[in-house]
Amino acid sequence: AEVEETLKRIQAHKGVIATIVVNAEGIPIRTTLDNSTTVQYAGLLHQLTAKARSTVRDIDPQNDLTFLRIRSKKHEIMVAPDKEYLLIVIQNPCE
Amino acid sequence: MEIIYVYTRKRSEFGRPCSFSDRPAKVNVDIPPDPSMASSFILRNPVDSYVQHTSDMSEHEVNTERVEVESRGVNHIEGGWPKDINPQEAEQTIRFRKKVEKDENYINTITHLGTLMEHCVKQNNAINIYEEYFGEEEMGEVEDEPPSAKTINVISKLTSFFDVLLSKRDPNVTKRTATHLSWHPDTCKKLAVAYSSLEFQQNMKDMSFDSYIWDLENPNKPELVLKPSSPLVSLEYNPKDSHVLVGGCYNGQMAYWDTRKGGLPVEVSTVEVSHRDPVYGAIWLQSKTGTECFSASTDGQVLWWDIRKLTEPTETLVLDITRQGLLENALGAITLEFEPTMPTKFMVGTEQGIVIACNRKAKTPPEKITSTYSGHHGPVYALGRNPFYPKVFLTVGDWTARIWSEETKESIMWTKYHLSYLTDGCWSTVRPAVFFTTRSDGTLDVWDFLFKQNDPSLSLKVCDEPLSSLRLQDNGCIIGCGSKLGTVTLLEISSGLCTLQRNEKTLATAMFERETRREKILEARHRELRLKERARSEGQEAEVEEELVEGPHEVLDRARREFFEVIKAELQRRAQAETQSLHGKVPGGHGSASAFQDKDRAGEEAAAQGEESQLPKDKEEEEEE
Repeated sequence: AEVEETLKRIQAHKGVIATIVVNAEGIPIRTTLDNSTTVQYAGLLHQLTAKARSTVRDIDPQNDLTFLRIRSKKHEIMVAPDKEYLLIVIQNPCE
Repeated sequence: MEIIYVYTRKRSEFGRPCSFSDRPAKVNVDIPPDPSMASSFILRNPVDSYVQHTSDMSEHEVNTERVEVESRGVNHIEGGWPKDINPQEAEQTIRFRKKVEKDENYINTITHLGTLMEHCVKQNNAINIYEEYFGEEEMGEVEDEPPSAKTINVISKLTSFFDVLLSKRDPNVTKRTATHLSWHPDTCKKLAVAYSSLEFQQNMKDMSFDSYIWDLENPNKPELVLKPSSPLVSLEYNPKDSHVLVGGCYNGQMAYWDTRKGGLPVEVSTVEVSHRDPVYGAIWLQSKTGTECFSASTDGQVLWWDIRKLTEPTETLVLDITRQGLLENALGAITLEFEPTMPTKFMVGTEQGIVIACNRKAKTPPEKITSTYSGHHGPVYALGRNPFYPKVFLTVGDWTARIWSEETKESIMWTKYHLSYLTDGCWSTVRPAVFFTTRSDGTLDVWDFLFKQNDPSLSLKVCDEPLSSLRLQDNGCIIGCGSKLGTVTLLEISSGLCTLQRNEKTLATAMFERETRREKILEARHRELRLKERARSEGQEAEVEEELVEGPHEVLDRARREFFEVIKAELQRRAQAETQSLHGKVPGGHGSASAFQDKDRAGEEAAAQGEESQLPKDKEEEEEE
């Protein structure tokens, strides 16, 4: 439905390598990668997002984390966090 | 002991409160000043005293405990599935997923997050925020910054946990010298260090034989521990295959390691055919198989090995400069030098201060030694060819470093005599006129011959103990130096010293050529003088042969006679020359000069012509008399 469309659209953008949707327990709901890689990403990014969120809130309790971007040598990992779910997109930004 | 005062009290009176009474002051002692004692005092004039009105400060320093950090990874496995669903069952998982996707909360969240995400993805696609805006600018300006270097890393064996284990058994951890360093040929992030104790017969029982390979990212714990049967004195990475290393041991054996196979040597050479002394130099050769290496030691031999078969050397050479191949006359080798661009030639630096250049491809063993260069008073600790000018090489030994050219017998340039021994040296791989030396007072010197010739252009005190080895990384910026107590310090030198300057190559070429030419001229002149000496002695010998065999005192008489004759003739000639010059006749002087020649030097035309230039001067001196 709408969800499908949104995710398809994101995947279709230039440079996007993978899209992952994970729930709060770490179960991958939707993924375009293989299971083991997805599980790795899910586990690690979940922890990182939690840490980032707690950092932001420690500095200013009124604040909250809206988006997390990690740029590495090879690609960029973008995480959009929510209370229940996590949307992870891996993109290669270089032209 | 004398009782001064007795105080008695009844037992029943103990504990009674004291009753104090007041009484007027009473002078107990009065000592008037005695002026006669003033004479035993010296009057101090002027008296310096200072007063300062500042607050008292104190200095404290705090050093935190070193934290051992180790990198570890976490492996995540799938989990979190609700209890009733078996993660292996594809059906159940799919059903669960479908259920979640139908959830309204899910849909809203994802839509919301989706828009957010799209925004960022589009942003990324629109602009590359790390773009290089102002291309490569030519760094044509002269770097005005003073040369400097900073320590980037100190690898000290003390904090490695192997040593902690050792210290539990024995309170003093025997510190070993870092005798040789070798950088990993490709990545330059790894450094292999050979540790051994080079003190004569100082083998402690608890001294470990290990040598380590360090990864620069992790200076606390060695990446790999190499365990030979005897401490390693030299260690080299194979430039072709970066997993293979060859090491020369203290007992003369050669061993080779493959880092993929762990810390024990893959193969060790047999003791009978190895060296008899520590192997001070071990270098890989250029060969198609990439498995050949050669080694040198103070027992006077240079051995060639193929590491596939370390049971016996493929070739041997005895460093006997009298070219007789006798081991008794051989000189002990301390360093080896090999340049891959000249695969058949190599050089050996010896304990006696002589550098021997050899040709491996010579037909007979005596022919192998092509030339020798002597000039050092002590062992030649380091030897290296200039990477840009292979004919020019650097030797480091005793208190100086000298630069030589293959064409001359004497060194063309040398540094001044330092106060401490020079222990190691190497050329810069990037700049032809720069080289580095280490000293036994812990200083690293950087010499730039185009900038300053008398002193090092940069002198750094690295540590308090003597530095024993030095190795430059291939990019020319990072140097590793090993010290006597086993600490390896990595320094990064300022970019001015490791980037090629504009005219450097031409200037360096010009300088080396000039110095070589100067030495050649000096040599030629020496040779001429020597020839003249020899000719003179030959002339006298010819006369001896004409007469029959004489006794020694007859020879002496004859020599005395001839001597006086020569003196007389000379005096006569001088008197003649004076009278002639008094009468203003100069040409006559010239005629007598040739007579002078014939008397003393028997027929060396060439030498005579060489003397022509000196004769006018002699003539002038005579006229002055």
